[in-house]
Amino acid sequence: MIGIVDYGLGNLTSVAGAVSKLGFEPHITSDADTLAASDKLILPGVGAFPDGMANLANRGLIDILGDLVIKQRKPILGICLGFQLLGLSSEEFGHTPGLGWIDAPVTRLKPADNALRVPHVGWNDLTQTKPDCILFDGIADQSLFYFVHTFHMETPPDGSQVGTCDYGGAFTAAVQKGNVFGTQFHPEKSQQAGLTLLGNFLEKA
Amino acid sequence: MLKARVIPCLDVNAGRVVKGVNFVDLVDAGDPVEQAQLYDAAGADELCFLDITASHENRDTIFDVVARTAEHCFMPLTVGGGVRTTEDIRKLLLAGADKVSINTAAVHNPDFVREASEKFGAQCIVVAVDAKRVDAVTREPSPDGTRFEIFTHGGRKATGIECISWAEKMAEFGAGEILLTSMDRDGTKNGFDLALTRAVADAVPVPVIASGGVGNLDHLVDGITEGHASAVLAASIFHFGTYSIQQAKAHMLAAGAPVRMDETAA
Repeated sequence: MIGIVDYGLGNLTSVAGAVSKLGFEPHITSDADTLAASDKLILPGVGAFPDGMANLANRGLIDILGDLVIKQRKPILGICLGFQLLGLSSEEFGHTPGLGWIDAPVTRLKPADNALRVPHVGWNDLTQTKPDCILFDGIADQSLFYFVHTFHMETPPDGSQVGTCDYGGAFTAAVQKGNVFGTQFHPEKSQQAGLTLLGNFLEKA
Repeated sequence: MLKARVIPCLDVNAGRVVKGVNFVDLVDAGDPVEQAQLYDAAGADELCFLDITASHENRDTIFDVVARTAEHCFMPLTVGGGVRTTEDIRKLLLAGADKVSINTAAVHNPDFVREASEKFGAQCIVVAVDAKRVDAVTREPSPDGTRFEIFTHGGRKATGIECISWAEKMAEFGAGEILLTSMDRDGTKNGFDLALTRAVADAVPVPVIASGGVGNLDHLVDGITEGHASAVLAASIFHFGTYSIQQAKAHMLAAGAPVRMDETAA
């Protein structure tokens, strides 16, 4: 069973659809027992960072997830906003502390090339800085994934970065720190490459 | 590098496709989900649903359409039409939309865009801008006019709002993308209004999706290279099978527009 964390934000249906398509059983839930009974967790997310943290807090999910992911080491995949929430903090609409499981803040994209627009929307190449990461099994380096974001996670100092994307400078596009995985892009919206990556997490993490 | 996007758009009325793919192998040509799956398999970069449902009682059908699409299609989805409240946006995002397009509600209340952007993030708020040329002096609609103004109600209702400054204001208010439609060109197959597209794209820091008037594959190229758009949206050239998504992309690539080629696409 795969627990898809419901915190009132995000494209839960899409993630659940992709999980089903890959032959796993998704449960969209914010219930502590259901999350505890899940083999793996996915933290999706479409939304603004402060709202995301507030919603997690309101549902008691910060403590629940902290217990499951940090103490019990249950694998989790954060996607887009869900990935950013794994970080230390975000400067989206002021300063908001994040879950802090990945030791890096989330800041606004500032492409060095002025012709590049923000938000960064569309299909872009993923550079596998750690090709051995299980997420990338069967996926060629420089495969295209779908991004849609205004903010990005800065490079974590602990070496947890596994993939980058270049948009007027390389930014962290995928991380793995033990059982904690995250992608700035949307695997559930990245057609075949995305499904392969999601399948790797579900089968191998 | 970031690729230029090719986005087919489906008009949906009360849960049924109005103007859709004219392929013979469809079981139910009016089912938006089945059409979305075709475009997914064909390697479209993104899909757009425009809900044109007029009657209030049928308005909820779009949520079901989006949810069923998201269950089967693993590609980005933008949904527009009748988006008036943050609750509408929340429901569409939860159903599986990645981006929501706001049109009339932004004209009536620009602060709605700000509110939506703060709640859901700029990246999922698209502001649809329907523009028409007007005479610079008389302000009457004129295909030769040099001033661009915003129109609502499918181009029938003038607002007097100047288009370029409006687009700038919307980006400032938190629109993450501008979906720009030339009402003069829409349905003509004469190509995008490139002067309009370029003027808006050069004025705003966010991506612009060019729309209205695509009749052939060169028009798609022009939208990117001359119009400076980040994405091109088209309906009829794909729906009626004139060109496939892959034909369109191969043509764009050959003409120097960076696109995503999907070898596995149908």
